[in-house]
Amino acid sequence: MKIAVCVKQIPDPASPYQLDPTTHNLVRPTEQVLDDTDRYGVEVGLQIAGETEGTVTLVSMGPSGNLNGIRQALAMGADGAILVDDETLKGSDSLTTAKILAAAMAPESFDIVIAGTESTDGYSGVVPQQIAELLGVPALTYAKKIDVEGSTVRINRQTATGYDTIEAPTPVLVSVTAGVVEPRYPTFKGIMDAKKKPVETKTAADLGVTVTVNQRIALVVPAPSRSGGQVVIDEGTGHEKIIAMLEQAKVI
Amino acid sequence: MAWIFIEEVSGAPAVVGLEILSKTRADGATTVLYFGKGSDAAFATLGEFGATDVFHLVPSEGSTGTAAAAAAIADLVGQHNPDAILFGQTYTDRDVAGRLSTRLDRTMISNGIDVSLDGSVGVTTEIFGGSQLVTTMFEGPGPHLVLIRPKSFPAEPSGGGAPTVTAVPLPDAGHAGSARVTGSFVEETEGPKLEEAAVIVAGGRGLGSVEGFELVEKLAAPLKAATGATRAIVDAGWVPYSKQVGQTGKTVKPDVYIACGLSGAMQHLVGMKDSKLIIAINKDEEAPIFAVADLGIVGDVHQVLPKLIEALENR
Ligand SMILES: Cc1cc2nc3c(=O)[nH]c(=O)nc-3n(C[C@H](O)[C@H](O)[C@H](O)COP(=O)(O)OP(=O)(O)OC[C@H]3O[C@@H](n4cnc5c(N)ncnc54)[C@H](O)[C@@H]3O)c2cc1C
Ligand SMILES: Nc1ncnc2c1ncn2[C@@H]1O[C@H](COP(=O)(O)O)[C@@H](O)[C@H]1O
Repeated sequence: MKIAVCVKQIPDPASPYQLDPTTHNLVRPTEQVLDDTDRYGVEVGLQIAGETEGTVTLVSMGPSGNLNGIRQALAMGADGAILVDDETLKGSDSLTTAKILAAAMAPESFDIVIAGTESTDGYSGVVPQQIAELLGVPALTYAKKIDVEGSTVRINRQTATGYDTIEAPTPVLVSVTAGVVEPRYPTFKGIMDAKKKPVETKTAADLGVTVTVNQRIALVVPAPSRSGGQVVIDEGTGHEKIIAMLEQAKVI
Repeated sequence: MAWIFIEEVSGAPAVVGLEILSKTRADGATTVLYFGKGSDAAFATLGEFGATDVFHLVPSEGSTGTAAAAAAIADLVGQHNPDAILFGQTYTDRDVAGRLSTRLDRTMISNGIDVSLDGSVGVTTEIFGGSQLVTTMFEGPGPHLVLIRPKSFPAEPSGGGAPTVTAVPLPDAGHAGSARVTGSFVEETEGPKLEEAAVIVAGGRGLGSVEGFELVEKLAAPLKAATGATRAIVDAGWVPYSKQVGQTGKTVKPDVYIACGLSGAMQHLVGMKDSKLIIAINKDEEAPIFAVADLGIVGDVHQVLPKLIEALENR
């Protein structure tokens, strides 16, 4: 199977995010990491490729920076990457992102395209479905288990009350939840090999995608904040404080 | 004119759809795209919440139907030109909305918590764990597509009569529409439902193990509380996804939320910070959950919870 995995480089979630005061876009430092959510997609891709003697190509849009995030995914074992890095794509919406990723993938005719269910910094949660529609393929979404048999892909699709089993023939898009597999850690060899793997860089113009902006941020205000109450160190009687509060709230 | 997309869940309109309808009917947005088998009872419920017109999209047996639904809605848009289409921020709604956005070549805004439909269409979203509110205005031609988070508005019936229902046949979506449903499984959870409970006891990784979650269940019993969880322990397989609270789980607003051994990551906070009273137990004084807690106990859940459970059971 020829597999593509969508991976996003994002600012380190451990450092506080900031908005550019004039454009209201997220400030993107050069130091970026692989979105943790996408490690699951990479792992799923590697497992399927392992079973089917396939290949895994990473596809990403966003500022390349020092390529740390992409290298992390290559070090896990992916074969190569296509990166679309273009100044004009700054602050693009989900549809533009999907158009770029789909256009980057289209010429390769992948059997399976894998994405996360929502990115950590954007969390629009619709890019995978938009890609599926652009590529004209079925979407098996919110997978918490995946099996490939011949050219049929089956998943357990998480639902609000349990799960559905759904399936579709390739070519197909699958979006994976974080519970689906345990992502591997890169080995030392993997990290060394990653430095030599091909990373192809493209622009929006190369892909024939024109960027349009159809929304405008009108206002950013602090939310009415709830102030913290009292914080006490438990010295064996913390539970009594809780009981007192529950009584006050009349739930006991 | 705006339309509201409502998915059928267990034979009835999804609650998030009724919440949106309760909000938008004042602006005259009373046309519903109903996705599911449909029944007189389901349509009557839509009417009670203010729907006057329903386009009924029926997925064909065994198909997920989402690609075909997007194609059918795109056709309807061509005929009627609505200004906006509102969806819930739920799985099926996202599947249909994403495809529709591509078909119509229209941008969409996710995670809305408020929407204005007077004249131009504007959407409010929360960022940075709900600490900032962003209002975004759509520009250019509609329909503007919006996904609204559950519990953004109260669902209140307006007492309307049965709506006019028009059946809309779904087209064959070809290969894109070839995903088939072969089975449906419900992971039974006992006790009160998260969305409805007055009290919620929620647990996180600080409970240490699956067994640790029993403390949460034991505390919930005397309080007649529902149990909730962070994504970390859902992903770890301790509890089913139906218990997840947060950005990608449920949004809850109970009278009391008791957070046990969870850090209060921003993706968790957006799902529970509007609870009336928040009580948190965490051994780390710096845990972000304390910033929103009315009462914070800095302590070990394995010390505090057994004592609390015993005291409640002895009352
Ligand atoms: C796109 C995206 C969506 C997400 N959606 C959600 C969501 O919907 N819901 C959600 O919950 N998360 C969500 N997350 C994950 C979120 O970022 C956090 O990783 C998660 O909430 C952390 O769970 P936790 O608090 O159980 O674990 P941790 O953050 O590891 O916290 C454990 C806490 O337990 C405390 N502790 C440890 N031992 C003890 C003890 N013995 N006694 C008392 N306290 C103890 C620690 O001090 C710590 O604060 C999402 C993440 C992403 C990227
Ligand atoms: N800029 C991007 N580059 C690569 N993949 C992306 C990008 N944006 C989104 N995705 C993929 O789409 C998924 C959902 O993202 P989102 O719709 O932004 O929540 C992510 O988990 C990624 O797999």
